[in-house]
Amino acid sequence: MKIRQISVFLENKVGRILEITEILGEKGINIRALSLADTSDFGILRMIVNDIGKAEKVLKEREFIVKESYVVAVEVPDKPGGLAAVLRVLGRENINVEYMYAFFEGLQDRALLIFRFEEPDLAVSVLEKHGINVAGEEKLGVR
Amino acid sequence: MWTRHILDEKDFLAEQARKSEIRCYDRARGTMKTIRIWNRERETLPESKKAQLQSELLLNLVKRVYDAIPFYRDRFDRAGISPKDIGSIRDISKLPFTTKDDLRYNYPFGMFAVPLERIVEIHTSSGTTGKPVIGGYTEADIDMWGEVMARCLTMSGTSERDIVQNAYGYGLFTGGLGVHYGARRIGANVIPISGGNTRRQIMLLQDMGSTIITCTPSYSLYLAEVGEELGVDFKKLPLKAGNFGAEPWSENMRKEIESRLNLLALDIYGLTEIIGPGVANECMYKSGVHICDDHFYPEIINPDTGQQCDPGEVGELVITTLTREATPLIRYRTRDITSLIPGQCRCGRTSVRMKRLMGRTDDMLIIRGVNVFPSQIEEILVKYEGLEPHYQILVSRVGSLDELTVLVEMNEQLISDEIRELETVENSIRTEIESTLGIKVAVQLVEPKSIERSEGKAKRVIDKRKI
Repeated sequence: MKIRQISVFLENKVGRILEITEILGEKGINIRALSLADTSDFGILRMIVNDIGKAEKVLKEREFIVKESYVVAVEVPDKPGGLAAVLRVLGRENINVEYMYAFFEGLQDRALLIFRFEEPDLAVSVLEKHGINVAGEEKLGVR
Repeated sequence: MWTRHILDEKDFLAEQARKSEIRCYDRARGTMKTIRIWNRERETLPESKKAQLQSELLLNLVKRVYDAIPFYRDRFDRAGISPKDIGSIRDISKLPFTTKDDLRYNYPFGMFAVPLERIVEIHTSSGTTGKPVIGGYTEADIDMWGEVMARCLTMSGTSERDIVQNAYGYGLFTGGLGVHYGARRIGANVIPISGGNTRRQIMLLQDMGSTIITCTPSYSLYLAEVGEELGVDFKKLPLKAGNFGAEPWSENMRKEIESRLNLLALDIYGLTEIIGPGVANECMYKSGVHICDDHFYPEIINPDTGQQCDPGEVGELVITTLTREATPLIRYRTRDITSLIPGQCRCGRTSVRMKRLMGRTDDMLIIRGVNVFPSQIEEILVKYEGLEPHYQILVSRVGSLDELTVLVEMNEQLISDEIRELETVENSIRTEIESTLGIKVAVQLVEPKSIERSEGKAKRVIDKRKI
């Protein structure tokens, strides 16, 4: 149930994220979730897109360095304490979160949490064992 | 404490000249007289007498190296030259050159002309690839070093009444001890503070009332910067002059150093292979460095053909150590590009003058007084999969200090979605380069294809320093 995420290396320069979103937009690729990690001189743009194969291809054609990695998407009700409940489970089971980001889907009244674990498969089975709703790629509209 | 109003450069020079004058007792005449030249006899030799002295020294040197150093015997034999073919200093062009590679190849003691028990000190070059270049000193060499350094320090007005704050590094680096020996010879009071520890430098400048400072030109500006931050008014300090060297600098830097530190800033030149600092120094007329040419015989050659250049023509500086005992060198190729200045200097010295260095025939960089070759950095980068060949070395001057940044292109092998992993890569490259070069550097990961591709030889070094 883990899902694929693509990461793009960027220097901290004006207009770089715009350039990537334009490339993806022109090719009809939809960004489903996105987060940017940065240091003083470079950043990593992490994205979940609806067509990973195509996104990687068009970005590489434009000389971007792209890495595919697995993350875990967890669906929680959009209410206070939603994230804490998931983190409590992870803490109890001693599973470390490398990084995470979240976004909220208004219409369905739920939040999606994207987690990066060292061992995504193990994390998925632990989360599911505790009745936590792990979302698959189809939930995020990924082909 | 003294104050000064600079009306124009002439007044400034006149005042500096007055300050550098030493009233001393002239034994021969039994009267007081004023001198400003350390070794008046040797530094004002008429051309003919100088040539005669240089010829005698060269003949002796050629015989010594031929007898004592198998490397030179072999070189001479192969070139079909025997010591008896050398009749005067003019014959020097018949002799083969010596290169830095020759020194490395004969590391550690292959270039020594005396038995090890006669060596009293050893110095090595800074941060070169692999094995360093070694200079050995006999008692007489140390004595000669003190002599030539005393000449250099006298040029900046140093006398036995001065306090020399020596901020060149003490240790294997020749800067610290070379200046030390010269200042001791003069009888000045040396403060052997060595490099770094800037706040303490400022404190001692104020508390000891140092009158002469010796350090790299960029460090002198850093001292000014820190001093200004601490609210120090350099116009109120007794500091009067500085011998600045071990890295290239410019007239603009001189102006800045002189106005910020309120002193006379003079260029000092030297290299470990020859002796260290003391090969040459500017007098207060600032019209080229006076080479101590009764010890170090300079030639300017065309680096491609090896032919001697015409007087005043620009080429590579080649030095023969006429008097060095332990590690004498015949026609050593310094790789420094410059020219010799024909004619005599207003200061009265007849020692030949050399213009500011214009560059190098190799790709050596001097960063904060440390010699850096791009190949040293390349050797480290090749160990990382995919890194080489797309890297670039960026040298800039931030404030007054040089900064070296290594730009490394990101690639498929290195990319990660985790910042931590990329920072680990950066740090590991940085630590390795720093421990090899002995200076702080920055490593920056950049986007692929962002480093300019060039046809033919890649442009590895971008030197943005305006010096």
